Amino acid sequence: MTADSHALTTTGHGPAAGADHGPATAGHESRGGISNPILGMLLFITSEVMFFAGLFGAYFSTRAAHSPWPPDKFAGTLNPLGLILIATIILVISSVTCQLAVNAIRRGDRKAFMRNITVTFILGIVFLIMQMYDYSVLFGEGLTMDAGPFGTTYFTLTGFHGAHVFGGVIMLGVVLYRGTAGQFSARHHDAVEAASLYWHFVDVVWIILFSVLYLLP
Amino acid sequence: MATTTIAPATASTYRGGLYEWLTTTDHKKIGIMYIISSFIFFLIGGLLALGVRTELAQPGLQFVSNEGIYNQLFTMHATVMIFLFVIPMLAGFGNYVVPLMIGAPDMAFPRINALSLWLLPLGGILLLSSFLLGGGAQAGWTSYPPLSEDRPLGSTGYGQDLWIVSLILIGTSSILGSINFLVTIFKMRAPGMTLFRMPILVWTVLVTSVLVLMATPVITSALMMLFIDRNYGGHFFDPATGGSAVLYQNIFWFYSHPAVYVMILPAMGMISEILPVFSRKPLFGYKAFIFATAAIGALGFSVWAHHMFTTGAVFLPFFSLMTFLIAVPTGVKFFNWISTMWRGQLTFSTPMIFALGFLTMFLIGGINGAFSASVPVDFALHDTYWVVAHLHYVLFGGSVMGVFAGLYYWFPKMFGRMLDETLGKVQFIIMFIGLNLTFFPMHMVGLAGMPRRIADYANSGWTDLNLLATIGSFTIAVSMLPFIWNVFVSLRSGKIAGDNPWEANTLEWATSSPPPPYNFDHLPEIRSERPLFDLRHGKTGH
Repeated sequence: MTADSHALTTTGHGPAAGADHGPATAGHESRGGISNPILGMLLFITSEVMFFAGLFGAYFSTRAAHSPWPPDKFAGTLNPLGLILIATIILVISSVTCQLAVNAIRRGDRKAFMRNITVTFILGIVFLIMQMYDYSVLFGEGLTMDAGPFGTTYFTLTGFHGAHVFGGVIMLGVVLYRGTAGQFSARHHDAVEAASLYWHFVDVVWIILFSVLYLLP
Repeated sequence: MATTTIAPATASTYRGGLYEWLTTTDHKKIGIMYIISSFIFFLIGGLLALGVRTELAQPGLQFVSNEGIYNQLFTMHATVMIFLFVIPMLAGFGNYVVPLMIGAPDMAFPRINALSLWLLPLGGILLLSSFLLGGGAQAGWTSYPPLSEDRPLGSTGYGQDLWIVSLILIGTSSILGSINFLVTIFKMRAPGMTLFRMPILVWTVLVTSVLVLMATPVITSALMMLFIDRNYGGHFFDPATGGSAVLYQNIFWFYSHPAVYVMILPAMGMISEILPVFSRKPLFGYKAFIFATAAIGALGFSVWAHHMFTTGAVFLPFFSLMTFLIAVPTGVKFFNWISTMWRGQLTFSTPMIFALGFLTMFLIGGINGAFSASVPVDFALHDTYWVVAHLHYVLFGGSVMGVFAGLYYWFPKMFGRMLDETLGKVQFIIMFIGLNLTFFPMHMVGLAGMPRRIADYANSGWTDLNLLATIGSFTIAVSMLPFIWNVFVSLRSGKIAGDNPWEANTLEWATSSPPPPYNFDHLPEIRSERPLFDLRHGKTGH
């Protein structure tokens, strides 16, 4: 992985070929090692981890400065056994189906791939709808963004997670669209791998969020 | 010369149409546009600084009508210089030079590269448009709450919001750029170009990219939370509503201290390319330099709270110790640079002169910085003009000197023509005098207790030194004229550069000047960190 690249393969390419795409941008041609798009996605996820680290840092700092937490007014408002548990289970299942889709396309089984990626896409949308419904319930109980530090941190953390789920659903939608157009094979499916990595990341963030916001005493 | 045999036969010219430039994904054109855009913002930031210095030339308010406008001037000056000049300028050099140095045809993700570029003018226009929409941000480039909160005696109006949004955009550009650099460096090196044969500049860009990747998202989170506080009734940072102002400072400096190294490491890398070439010697202690760079990157994450000593909310001994420690790898680098020149055959071309300017000025900035790492000293100097002197010696004396060294050094590669040496030396002399005239007196008014970020001062003992600094700032402005003239003249009628005018040893000099869009027809064998030296002398190194 270290020394090889395909720089030499560019010899003889005319300016037109080099100027537009750069012949070396297709990661598959790298001899061995991780492909460019997947390494790029892993690095992007690293930056996302740091973004959420900032939010979690703010959350724990705010939480430590206020007692009791949650404030008496909202004691029991966040019920881990309510609708949110079902949403959590749905997101975890979607991660499993996403991985099944990746495994299928690695085998070249396009039918199973399309089935699983469709299910993942739908489950992602269902999660978002459930989160929106949950927000409306919380608003009804008086828990809003401006209802003190408790509300601010809750909606900021879950809101940014929801935005990332939305981004993931768009990625899955693109994969789905490209899949219906007949793309992807056992050899060429970097986009599927990358979208799945992102989807797993979003899932893991939610599990941590759920544990911290709902379960942590 | 042997190198000409591997360069493409005909040098391509850079005359594409405007449409070609606006839609290009070629890392070289993108790099040049990064540099041009950054230079324009450098001039804008410089004008804002002249506004600040004009006001401070005498006590009382003469130039600005009220302190709010003065606050906008210094806030926007710092924001433009840091986020729209220094960081993108160095990223521009990275864009142009890194793929060439490692023998790659382009960056790993050319279209994302174009996105990174075009986010910058977008962010810059948003930021500057605030002047037309009721006034720019005025809480300082640090934008500490509660000053930056939307409330009386804080920052009402759109300026602060536009500041936040534009910084988020610019940060996104940086993050995407850093991912691009890392994948390019790890995956696109030519055969034989092992990690420990990469030019030092590539190493510094690698470490810088790690810093950007790990730190920039953290300030994005702080800015998002500040935006929520201001617009959606959030309670993160305003103590009056249950928030914590120190929390913002922690998150902000967790980014902004590593950002200091983002602003200097690539400049150090450029100096490390230039000094060996004009000393006719290899860089002394190649590996030690790389480990020092990595050490600065790692330690850079553990010193952020030295900006917050006086809050009383941070663990002073730890952050003081780590701050002293980070001076050690920097000292190692100085040893490398000086030993590289030791008994070399020095030639004093313009890039070399700017590199020497970097060494001397950055040394002052480094020493007065280490001075402030001591907690009791810092308590006395915090938020005085001493700090302003320190940061300008490292950023102007360091980064800007490095940027000009790089411009004179790589201009022949970018455009095929040399910049004029005489005009370059004239620029250096005026700039060197101007910078010391501007920033050295700030040490003294700082020690005398003059606080930063004030529009007016009553102490008559500070007047002369302030006037001196103002004269110096206009001297710096004058020094830009020979440079701009030089660029315009040399682009048309400068001496033809040839492939390798400096007899340098890194790969970018193996191709034509300017290089063809695909960079290389043939690559030399790479068996050391100086492939062109091996090629010229017909033997392979270690």
